[in-house]
Amino acid sequence: MKAFALLLDRLSFTPARNGKLTLLRDYLRDAPDPERGWALASLTGDLSFDAAKPAMIRKVVQARLDPQLFALSYDFVGDLAETVALVWPRKPGANAEPELPEVVDALRSAARREVPQILEHWLDALDADGRWALLKLLTGGLRVGVSARLAKQALAQLGNVPAADIEELWHGQTPPYEDLFAWLAGRGEKPSADTPGRFRPVMLAQALDAPGDFEKYQAADYAAEWKWDGIRVQAVHEGGQRRLYSRTGDDIGKSFPDVLEALNFEGVLDSELLVLEKGHIESFGDLQQRLNRKTASADLMRKFPAGIRAYDLLLDGTDDLRRAPFAERRKRLEAFVAKLNDPRIDLSPLQPFADWEALTHLRAHPPQGDAQKAEGLMLKRWDSIYEAGRPKGPWFKWKRDPHLVDAVLMYAQRGHGKRSGFYSDYTFGVWRTEADGSRALTPVGKAYFGFTDEELARLDKFVRDNTIERFGPVRSVRANADFGLVLEIAFEGLQRSARHKSGVAMRFPRVHRIRWDKPAREADELSTLEKLLEKET
Amino acid sequence: MKFSDLLRPTPAGLYCPPGDFYIDPVSPVDRAVITHGHGDHARSGHGAVLATRETLAIMAVRYGADFAAATETAAYGTTLTRGEVKVMLYPAGHILGSAQCALSWKGMTIVVSGDYKRRRDPTCTLFEPVPCDVFVSEATFGLPVFRHPPDAGEIQKLLKSLKQFPERSHLVGAYALGKAQRVICLLREAGYDETIYVHGALMNLNALYESFGVALGSLAPATTDTKDKFEGRIVIAPPAAIADKWSRRFADPLPAFASGWMRVRARARQRHVELPLILSDHGDWDELTNTFEELKPREVWLTHGNEEALLRWSALNGIEAKALSLVGYEDEEA
Repeated sequence: MKAFALLLDRLSFTPARNGKLTLLRDYLRDAPDPERGWALASLTGDLSFDAAKPAMIRKVVQARLDPQLFALSYDFVGDLAETVALVWPRKPGANAEPELPEVVDALRSAARREVPQILEHWLDALDADGRWALLKLLTGGLRVGVSARLAKQALAQLGNVPAADIEELWHGQTPPYEDLFAWLAGRGEKPSADTPGRFRPVMLAQALDAPGDFEKYQAADYAAEWKWDGIRVQAVHEGGQRRLYSRTGDDIGKSFPDVLEALNFEGVLDSELLVLEKGHIESFGDLQQRLNRKTASADLMRKFPAGIRAYDLLLDGTDDLRRAPFAERRKRLEAFVAKLNDPRIDLSPLQPFADWEALTHLRAHPPQGDAQKAEGLMLKRWDSIYEAGRPKGPWFKWKRDPHLVDAVLMYAQRGHGKRSGFYSDYTFGVWRTEADGSRALTPVGKAYFGFTDEELARLDKFVRDNTIERFGPVRSVRANADFGLVLEIAFEGLQRSARHKSGVAMRFPRVHRIRWDKPAREADELSTLEKLLEKET
Repeated sequence: MKFSDLLRPTPAGLYCPPGDFYIDPVSPVDRAVITHGHGDHARSGHGAVLATRETLAIMAVRYGADFAAATETAAYGTTLTRGEVKVMLYPAGHILGSAQCALSWKGMTIVVSGDYKRRRDPTCTLFEPVPCDVFVSEATFGLPVFRHPPDAGEIQKLLKSLKQFPERSHLVGAYALGKAQRVICLLREAGYDETIYVHGALMNLNALYESFGVALGSLAPATTDTKDKFEGRIVIAPPAAIADKWSRRFADPLPAFASGWMRVRARARQRHVELPLILSDHGDWDELTNTFEELKPREVWLTHGNEEALLRWSALNGIEAKALSLVGYEDEEA
């Protein structure tokens, strides 16, 4: 348990992705089987217990420690699992520390009423870090910032194999993954990826570099379609298994029983998950209501009915089409979707175009309807096979130009790692006219990239020179009609948000330009964003 | 006779009427006994100061040789007389030269422990328990959540991280007096004999420790006039410097912080610490409560920190305790 506890501890304090990867890879290399497999499963969410409810843990600790001392401690720490881990008064002469596999075995076989007693023994045997890890595991919330994607990447690094290999065979594996580790260490065969209902690593598009790429590529070689603003999903029905995978191979089917129910076919579709109402797509904000939920209530599904818009066919019956050219896959896809005849699964239509100039015009002037809500265009070579990864040439994405708004810098926060000595995270606001006619800045978003190192140094200096208040790592910066720094912010879209005072939330905001020259009073108004919001939703 | 006839809290600090002197006064007084060299306990501008040789040397480094009108050195265990009161200094185990001050008068003894810890520290003499009627204790970590783990394990965390992230400068925030030198000594004990780089603010104090026989090994200033970006190096600096422009000279710095507060995750996160090292120069909950049990004084007086839980513990364990709630003693870098 010690090594696992230390891993969780370090992961929880390490913000950088590369740092997390190093910690994970080193742990998976050094820890023995089956411990590392259980640890991996707990991090990827493939192992959770929910064995202990907070009330039970509280009861166990209050039998050991004076309730008043516990209350004072909890008040100071603020997190139940952490408080218990820290205050637990160990009885002397406790047993040896339990190892992770032992904990997993015991929890799988124990009856619920036995858990408190087992827990007490373990808490006596472990040190504070071990107790914290145990309680996090028991309550089913590790929350140390490790996605399944990251864990798979660490595995790929460990075995020096492509991440797509791991993604493809992942769904055939079960914890504690001993065959997988044996293969990665060069001690065993590659585990079979031939599992029905498995995830197929996806093909990704390069960003189009217009107009330079127009010189290099022929318009006639490509098909174009709109780039829909939803979630890329792989919809699978194979060997009796229905699955809905995110583009990184996470199974998100639980949140979308309505979509799973519609997968009345044998095959694998590459498609966009959207909220679809009578054949028309709703905003991304609506889709967000459906994401990351353990279940979906009937009411939620009625309010935000989900569907998929198909754009590729990887498996038709038992035919693996991935080596076939896009032109052939497309023909098969059109027939496949037509035969389904289900409003929850429709076809992403191709957009014919004569030459690059015509395509440029189309992107700038999308026709009425769903196209207005598209993020841009996708280009796919007619002769391209479906290959995992992001090859240069066969597929391109050509996003719409971002929205721009002039906002005023209001708060700045210190960054992490290389930026720990810099104020690099900026909260910016726009003007709002109050009922009495006065104007005040209201925060509308936060951006922490889009500038060069030289610009960062200047921004940092501006923040330090114009700080009016500090709260921990955050500084409030002088910003009023007569003084302030205007940041031109680029963003992809706008959503209504009840959590933000301004009522709007930006997607993917970044600093586009720093307007050292522009007076703060001339920054944009909230009403400008509100108008855009009406157009978007 | 009441205990408060021998010692009582006043706005300037703890005052001893029959000896006419203050202990660690927060404003200038005629006569002071100083328990240790930290700025909130040892201030300049007093008339006569009584302290250990080490504490006087620390004050001279921090404030200049004229920090007080007159000084008197007291070795641990020797008895001095102030008015009607016998004064003795005992090791407190907090930092180099730190002392508890025992006052005896008319058959009663009060021990003012200053800041203290009970565990071994290679940079200072171990705390010595002194039987007394009243034990005056700090309460910095007076909550049961604070149980500092063994030092060696914390140092191993740092050394392991250095191996895992050889491209990053490991910046260890440590209070300039005491903690910094202790971290260095603990690293040396763990077998780390590379050069350790230090912030300018630590140089004088490091030299002072070495002059008192605390060997720190190879040290060098973390200056910018070389091309060195300090990849894979340990750099020790006052905590404030790590959050500041100063840290920009380092390659992808990994911020660590050696403090008892690092036991609580939210505290570490607030400071953007990536590697919290739980190393404290103050006693933890067990050290504080075990000391009260061991000494069995008739009363415990708590000076500053988290008194509430200790008062509750004392009530549950039949020890009479009260909070003096002295102001002016900071504990943020503990």
